[in-house]
Amino acid sequence: MSTAALTWRQFRFERRLFWRNPSAAFFNFTLPFLFLIMIASVFGANHKELNILIPGIAGMSVLGTTFTALTYTFVFNREQGILKRIRGTPMPPIAYFGGVIASSVANAIVQVTLIVVIGHVLYSVSWPHDYLELVVFVVLGVVAFGSLGIAFAHVIPNFDSAAAYVNAVFLPLIFISGVFYSTKSLPLVFKAIAVSLPLKHVIDGLHGAIVTGQGLGHNWTALVVVAGWAAVGLFLTVRYFRWD
Amino acid sequence: MAIEVSGLRKSYGELEAVRGVSFSVGRGEVFGLLGPNGAGKTTTVEILEGYRERSAGEVAVLGYDPASRDRGLRSRVGIVLQSSGFYPRATVREAVEHFGAAYPRPRNPDETIALVGLEGKGDTRAGQLSGGQQRRLDLALALVGDPELIFLDEPTTGFDPAARRAAWEVIRSLRGLGKTILLTTHYLDEAQALSDRVAIVKDGLIVAEGPPSELSSRPRSYRVSYQQNGTRVEVETEDPTELLHRLTGEALARGERLEGLSVSRPTLEDVYLELTAEQEGDAPA
Repeated sequence: MSTAALTWRQFRFERRLFWRNPSAAFFNFTLPFLFLIMIASVFGANHKELNILIPGIAGMSVLGTTFTALTYTFVFNREQGILKRIRGTPMPPIAYFGGVIASSVANAIVQVTLIVVIGHVLYSVSWPHDYLELVVFVVLGVVAFGSLGIAFAHVIPNFDSAAAYVNAVFLPLIFISGVFYSTKSLPLVFKAIAVSLPLKHVIDGLHGAIVTGQGLGHNWTALVVVAGWAAVGLFLTVRYFRWD
Repeated sequence: MAIEVSGLRKSYGELEAVRGVSFSVGRGEVFGLLGPNGAGKTTTVEILEGYRERSAGEVAVLGYDPASRDRGLRSRVGIVLQSSGFYPRATVREAVEHFGAAYPRPRNPDETIALVGLEGKGDTRAGQLSGGQQRRLDLALALVGDPELIFLDEPTTGFDPAARRAAWEVIRSLRGLGKTILLTTHYLDEAQALSDRVAIVKDGLIVAEGPPSELSSRPRSYRVSYQQNGTRVEVETEDPTELLHRLTGEALARGERLEGLSVSRPTLEDVYLELTAEQEGDAPA
């Protein structure tokens, strides 16, 4: 079987198993919508807040479906010995990684799409003004968060502690990066931290794409920061990957 | 030759885990690697499987250098690791099909499941199998690619006696199909029952090698034991005839019976214990 066919097989296998795992399905799929609907209902019809919330939740979804999901997947599969087993078979590593990563990218795409649709239909946020910018930031976000997630799995000793490690990053990050509110009123220290990390920039890019439509040119700093983190993540993943 | 190893060495920093191991395994042969924990047998096997890189020496597996991690080699080799996991939410059949897909000529999944004795479990999720059943699934995943060479690292650890016998039958049937098998085990009876040849590994070196029967039948290889004044006496001898003649003569003269008399040949276990004990005696304090 060709590498492409094996990648596709791995992808389908991952999809099938994803829905059999209730906690993955909840945290990776249902939670962003719960947040969206609960917080949106608090803000009511405040258009300004909704214009921040929709891109914010979309950015959080990209983070959750790639960074969080891939960290768990790789820690679990390493601890279980699944990675070592795969390494002993003729399965090309690229097909394995390709299938696993494609599955989490599929989750990211479906979620961002649903959030944009829900935002428009339920909360009358406009349709995205700039689809190119939307695609560019989702793709860059996926590469950055996904590779950082796989790299992060290297330092997590075992699956039992994975939730602590992941949430120690995930929770502070979403609060300082402007998922639920504008970061304008954050203390300077938090602002400085948020600006050096990728999530705020992914959200800025998505905000530009969905709300303002000012185009990629307007968000080129965000683009550079996210691309930089993607490069760091890819380097760390390739350099330090552990099969067992 | 299916496997050729010469002068293999592996160091981890200061520690030299494998200190110059040489052996070869012919095609169709079952070769047993025996040794206490930390002897270097798993390190040796993991180098042959391509999981670790050697520090020195020559290694050829089916003509390949396993360090090259060539896909052609991995297509012809099946590996049962000491501990390796499954996708807990995939069923037995899904797992066997999924892993089979990477091989050029996979076996039929249901046939493979039946071969390892998991009939009727095809739709059970791997996470719901018992420990013994999971080891069988391990074996199924190693066999689904129809490999020529199979590495079995402690394949029956945790099995009940009936399951062990069943696994032995599977291994014998694989031998019958002409497969080459490199077996690592700490069960000496298992090595004796299954292997054509055995190598005993101790402190990173092979201390004895040969067919189990020849390893057992070294000089002074009869053991005579009996009861005397309530204590058990064991004597090893090359020729038990004279000893028995003397013992029975003395007993008759005393008008006593020689209680608990037995004459036995040392098992592989005796040889193994003797060899590894000798080594310990030589070790610096």
